[in-house]
Amino acid sequence: MAFPGPIPYTLAIPDKLPTPMSDAPAGLRLARQNDKDALLELSGGWVQGSKAADFASLREQLQPGTHTRLLIDGTALGPWDSTLVAFLLQCHNHCAQEGIELTTRNLPPGAERLLALATAVAPHQQPAASRGSWLAGLSPRQLFGKAVGAVRESLAFTGEVSIALARLVTGKSNTRFQDFRHFAYQAGPDALGIISLTSVLVGMILAYLGAVQLEQFGAGVYVANLVSIGVLREMGALMTAVVMAGRTGAAYAAQLGTMQTNEEIDAITTLGVSPVEFLVIPRILALMAVMPLLTLYANLLGIVGGGVVAGGMGISPLQYISQTEHALAVNHLAVGLAKSVVFAALIAVAGCRAGINSGRSSAAVGQAATEAVVTAIVYLIVADAAINILCQQLHI
Amino acid sequence: MTVAPAPAPLISIRELTMAYGPVVIQRDLNFDIGRGDIFVIMGGSGCGKSTLLKHMLGLVAPAAGEILYSGESFTRASAQQRDAIRRRWGITYQTGGMFSAMTLAENVALPLQLYSAYSRGEIADIVAYKLALVGLAGFQDYYPAEISGGMLKRAALARAIALDPEILFFDEPSAGLDPISSRLLDDLIFELKESTGATVVIVTHELASIFAIATNSVYLDATSHTMIDCGDPAYLRDHSQQAVVREFLTRGGSLAKTAQTRSPEHE
Repeated sequence: MAFPGPIPYTLAIPDKLPTPMSDAPAGLRLARQNDKDALLELSGGWVQGSKAADFASLREQLQPGTHTRLLIDGTALGPWDSTLVAFLLQCHNHCAQEGIELTTRNLPPGAERLLALATAVAPHQQPAASRGSWLAGLSPRQLFGKAVGAVRESLAFTGEVSIALARLVTGKSNTRFQDFRHFAYQAGPDALGIISLTSVLVGMILAYLGAVQLEQFGAGVYVANLVSIGVLREMGALMTAVVMAGRTGAAYAAQLGTMQTNEEIDAITTLGVSPVEFLVIPRILALMAVMPLLTLYANLLGIVGGGVVAGGMGISPLQYISQTEHALAVNHLAVGLAKSVVFAALIAVAGCRAGINSGRSSAAVGQAATEAVVTAIVYLIVADAAINILCQQLHI
Repeated sequence: MTVAPAPAPLISIRELTMAYGPVVIQRDLNFDIGRGDIFVIMGGSGCGKSTLLKHMLGLVAPAAGEILYSGESFTRASAQQRDAIRRRWGITYQTGGMFSAMTLAENVALPLQLYSAYSRGEIADIVAYKLALVGLAGFQDYYPAEISGGMLKRAALARAIALDPEILFFDEPSAGLDPISSRLLDDLIFELKESTGATVVIVTHELASIFAIATNSVYLDATSHTMIDCGDPAYLRDHSQQAVVREFLTRGGSLAKTAQTRSPEHE
């Protein structure tokens, strides 16, 4: 082989490489020469697993009070690898710090060169930004500060979206219609399968819940009323929104977060286009256009699901249908659809905001997606409660 | 560079054909990489350099042919055998491939924790040493997102050399680096190879790097979809039978006479 020095590396690959020629185990010996000088003799094989590099114990003995010069002698060294150079670097740093003059003798030339390379650049002094302990992150002050930051960020983002919408209405916007179509397709037809499943099940759950109670006073047929009003006003819109928050809201956050990481958002900004107009508005509008349709579909399937359960309890389909017809009223449907539009806007805004404000690493993109779903669901519940109170006050 | 007589070259590429579906990227590749070589895979953009590296790393299966490490087929090896072979490698990827959720120290420590016999204290020392080696002493607690692109490349190198690998693979190591950083990286690669005896395989089209450190090379041609020459790039520059290779190595020398200087200390 054409490299200088002894066998330079060893790895724990049992079938390939022989164990190092460890005729002598790794060792080090510190001896005082006189008042100033100390001699550190290294011997044996300094390789992985030799357990030689215990610098901590040496540190105690290497105080500037006892020595001012240290000579490291490698005459008796056997095979070596990074273990040796890592140890030498620790010695070097310690000596530099304590003002001890360090010289070396008969070190393997390769190790000497690697040490020179490792000490060529002075260590970076400025420590990384303080991250604190995870407990500090739970302090009320920190949490309050975070909450305030989040609210401020939300308000700023809502403001940007409003401006972009105003520009869209006045026709000055750079929003592209083909993007809108693309996202509407992604959010709509692609989601039908999962929406079908959840809404049928929700209808069935409502029917079971009601049937048990209503049958007690012989009003079993009113299950139809319960299911249709419950689904139309509340569950259809809410369950669709929850599914879409997990599906589309998280996707928006991940898409925009990855674009942030890839500097795509920077590229859009420097093209003189607002990223909100170009990326966010089509997503929000697409979801707002599609969600009422999905909700309508969910309502229908929810009522069908309720009918299946009602049928199982001895209510004939005809009875169920006619009872549902009685219960159906435009105001219930309208409330549900109005909710779905509001929910759509909230989900899309939460997702896009998390994505646009995402950091530039894969971990940050994951955080953005999580944040998108969590905020969207909180928004949904709060908005739902608010709308219900409003409806009650207005007797809708 | 003379290579000690060995029963089998460290890496052999045999009749390798690389294809993505029906699209053949390169066919009939045959070359050896000797122990202690700094081997450059070169060629114009889109000729399949990085694809070849991915094949050598086992990330993509060849359409035909095989790759041998020390005479053993890597292509037909079992998953365990592959892992054992891979453990002797250090790899840096084009964009670094640093784990963004870990600090630099954690990134470099990971292979050590997984595969070495070192104790925790020793790992901390080794990590400090590897980072110092690439000029990043003191950056232990930084996250990859907090350092510059050039530093990221060096940090990736620190992780690649954590286990004192036998073979180092680099995908475009100096892409996006300024000339000085690029030169320092070349020096570092050369120094690592000299002092640890590692074999280095580099994908690059940086001529300065190629002449500074390469001892052997292969040229992949994008139009004929095969290798058209191999050998010491400094020799190929003047004596290649293929005009394309001479053009490549002289930066289109017949178009504009630009003298290439070869750093003499690195031969």
